[in-house]
Amino acid sequence: MIEFERAGKTYPDGTVAVGEFSLRIPSHTTTVLLGSSGCGKTTLLRMVNRMVDPTSGRVLIDGEDVAQEAPVALRRRIGYVMQNSGLLPHRRVIDNIATVPRLTGMPRGAAHERARELMRTVGLDSGLARRYPGQLSGGQQQRVGVARALASDPNILLMDEPFGAVDPLVRMELQRELRRLQTQLRKTILFVTHDIDEALALGDQIVVLQPGGQIAQAGTPEEIVAAPANDFVARFLGLDAGRRSLRARPQPGGGWLVSDAGGRPLGVLPDDPAREGPG
Amino acid sequence: MANAGHILGLTGAHLQLSLPAIAAAFLLSLPLARLANRLRPARALILGGTGLLYAVPSLPLFIVLPVLIGTGVRDTLNVIVALTLFGLALMVRSAADALDAVDEDTRLAATALGHSSRGRFWTVELPLAGPALLAGLRVVSVSTISLVSVSAVLGVQSLGSLFTDGFQRGIVAAVAAGIAMTVLLALLLDLLLVLLGRLLMPWSRR
Ligand SMILES: Nc1ncnc2c1ncn2[C@@H]1O[C@H](COP(=O)(O)OP(=O)(O)OP(=O)(O)O)[C@@H](O)[C@H]1O
Ligand SMILES: [Mg+2]
Repeated sequence: MIEFERAGKTYPDGTVAVGEFSLRIPSHTTTVLLGSSGCGKTTLLRMVNRMVDPTSGRVLIDGEDVAQEAPVALRRRIGYVMQNSGLLPHRRVIDNIATVPRLTGMPRGAAHERARELMRTVGLDSGLARRYPGQLSGGQQQRVGVARALASDPNILLMDEPFGAVDPLVRMELQRELRRLQTQLRKTILFVTHDIDEALALGDQIVVLQPGGQIAQAGTPEEIVAAPANDFVARFLGLDAGRRSLRARPQPGGGWLVSDAGGRPLGVLPDDPAREGPG
Repeated sequence: MANAGHILGLTGAHLQLSLPAIAAAFLLSLPLARLANRLRPARALILGGTGLLYAVPSLPLFIVLPVLIGTGVRDTLNVIVALTLFGLALMVRSAADALDAVDEDTRLAATALGHSSRGRFWTVELPLAGPALLAGLRVVSVSTISLVSVSAVLGVQSLGSLFTDGFQRGIVAAVAAGIAMTVLLALLLDLLLVLLGRLLMPWSRR
């Protein structure tokens, strides 16, 4: 379990990135920090592995204040995935994935064995092992990033807009894969995004943030969509624009055409929505 | 043919003076560059200070240096130290810029993975600065090879001796041979550095 206890961060130049933030993140669940640019998501994420030290309050992992732990050791036992993958351009895929096991003293052969196993786990063709990151597609790079973060089998996974730089199709594919992985691995995931659909797709818990790391609402995806706590959340979800109040119209050939309040078509529902529909 | 042997000997002497200086300038520039980058307020001082070395006229330096470090004017060591200083003048700024230009995201990623600051320097920043370091090193290499010749005026043997002797005795061929060999040597060494870079940094080829 990760706990933020009134954690705040004011940067030396006086920027208050996070005012006062308290949150409990249960183990083995995915918590999504959702908010627009500059609201303090990255700052919050980095407080967990001490890449940022809070200027007030504290962050606890399983009851222990992270400030008590040596940063380097702490980071080696927490997985971290960033936007644009953050792969080391001078190391082959296999060596990138093996980085943390090597840092913690695992022999090269064993570390490579582990890396190959992880490539299978995240659905990477083993033929890519000897490539350099610059020779991969964006989607492949992100998979390597995820594999690398999992290499030391950490309990906690921090993901900072990991799928922000790939096209929508690949993005959905990666989201699906992450969900599949999570049902197997059951990590404690803290996931940052500004994409509401991604948050709804991945989060067990969603925390909607306002500037300054202020919590606008925290709850399950259902709670947030069904009962947005205030106008800010409603606007962020696109509820005010009617993006999420759906209408279904029968189609001549059977089935239903689903559109939003503005009449924009979103998809089709098979003939009997009562039986096959999501409800 | 006696001439060929003579020129070959001078080429060897030329290399014995320049190679240690090039290597020393490169190796010494790294800690200085790192210091300059880590101590931001000292950066201007370190880079400006070493850069200023280049403004010192070379001949006087060859003569003054022995007074400071207790060598003889014609000692190989004297020449090597002087050449190293000129090399440093060029290399410290290149190295500082090269290390500074390593992508910030990559640096952050390395930190997030759990590299110590020293480990990150050796295994991530230094290799990634490699191509830019190599570019700086190539300039130092060419400049040092050509600068060695000045020491011939003091009577230290090198390809420069072909100029001094040639001038004194009015042998144009000797001067021409000196120029040709110096250029050839500089080119060969440059080629060698490029090949070495290809070998050590296969990832940098696109
Ligand atoms: N090193 C720093 N020094 C000063 N201010 C900073 C620093 N890092 C971040 N900030 C500021 O703190 C605020 C929060 O930044 P943070 O990176 O946490 O936002 P974010 O929610 O991750 O944004 P994005 O979605 O754009 O990544 C911003 O106003 C940012 O400009
Ligand atoms: Mg961010």
